[in-house]
Amino acid sequence: MASGETITSSEYISHHLTNLTYGRFPDGHWGLAHSAEEAKEFGFWAIHLDTMFWSIGLAVLFSYFFWKAGKNATAGVPGKLQNFVEMMVEFVDNSVKGSFSGKNPLVAPLALTIFVWVFLMNLMDLVPVDLLPRIAGAIGIHHMKVVPSTDPNVTFALALGVFALIIYYSIKIKGVGGFVRELTGMPFQTENVLLKPVFFVINLFLEGVNLLAKPVSLSLRLFGNMYAGEMIFILIALMYGAGVGMGIFGGALQFVWAVFHILVITLQAFIFMTLTIVYLDMAHSEHH
Amino acid sequence: MNINLTLIAQLASFAVFVWFTMKFVWPPLVRALEERKVQIADGLVAAERGAHVKELAEQAAKEKLHEAKLQSAEIVARAEKRAAEIVDEAKEQARVEGDRIVTAARAEIEQEINKAREVLRTRVGELAVAGAEKILRREINADAHKEIVDELAKQI
Repeated sequence: MASGETITSSEYISHHLTNLTYGRFPDGHWGLAHSAEEAKEFGFWAIHLDTMFWSIGLAVLFSYFFWKAGKNATAGVPGKLQNFVEMMVEFVDNSVKGSFSGKNPLVAPLALTIFVWVFLMNLMDLVPVDLLPRIAGAIGIHHMKVVPSTDPNVTFALALGVFALIIYYSIKIKGVGGFVRELTGMPFQTENVLLKPVFFVINLFLEGVNLLAKPVSLSLRLFGNMYAGEMIFILIALMYGAGVGMGIFGGALQFVWAVFHILVITLQAFIFMTLTIVYLDMAHSEHH
Repeated sequence: MNINLTLIAQLASFAVFVWFTMKFVWPPLVRALEERKVQIADGLVAAERGAHVKELAEQAAKEKLHEAKLQSAEIVARAEKRAAEIVDEAKEQARVEGDRIVTAARAEIEQEINKAREVLRTRVGELAVAGAEKILRREINADAHKEIVDELAKQI
């Protein structure tokens, strides 16, 4: 905020909320957007380079360390890295064993990936909001959103991935007929032939909403929490431009909010993981 | 805030990372955990077995010690008995030896007495003859009457 050029608070905020977007301009050529409006004009044919960079970078980091720990894993006395990784694996394994009754080798690794990845993406929220964008600005990148989980693309991608697995396993375990019966045969049941089509429609509507609510709630919960959290960090950062007193007060606030946020980011990662396990368990079981 | 191609790209990378975790991260870690579980269980069983063996050995050692004590007591008792026997035997032997010596001494004394008596008898005979000679100097010839004197000496 405390830069030479004077910008208003709303400009500062909107600058922080704009992704580094690479997309197709209305006239057909591809390039980086220079403002939020330009980014909006791209429509679907655009990609958030900052989101991609940080999310994939963090995932690679996670993959690398966990892969290294797995490669050197011994049944003997574990090293520090292996100890940590084993702790995570056992934590996830216990969560899966507690909530997932079926047998599927995909679920536990999926849960581990989700938990660690979401946690790492959320963790970027604790980096001071201006630090990385300012470094990026110094090397000529004007927009930089460093918390991937404040990008709905990321949270929706995760949720849609889980949703696809829910559909896939529902059909695989119960068959198409079973899945359709589950969607239309409950909760209202009748022996009356005339009422059957009516109940069919009502059930399909209720169960359809129920089913679609899963990915939507999954993604919006994470997105909403992280977006709001980042917004508060940005608002606190605004105080640094309002004199020494406000600056110190802002520093104290930022510390308090960051400490509280440690809880939020862990909790959100855990909720995402647990709900994924529960949804997949429901997809695997005959009744719910 | 816009939904765009990023969504698709994220979906793809999500799939890749889940696959990676499933293939290269999860199995070796879980295997290591399982192996360690087995090792710990084995170790506990071995420790229990060791403790059991130690208990048995202690019991055996106690029994051996008890046996050895009994044996040593027996040996001591036997040795004491034997010592008493030896003392008794020695006493008996000494007594017998003493008796023998006393008997031998008595026999010798008897002999000496007999010998002295013999000598005395001879001397008394001679004295009697000498006395008789003095008395009968004139009429009796020592040579002529030697036979009579000897006979007298024998009778004494």
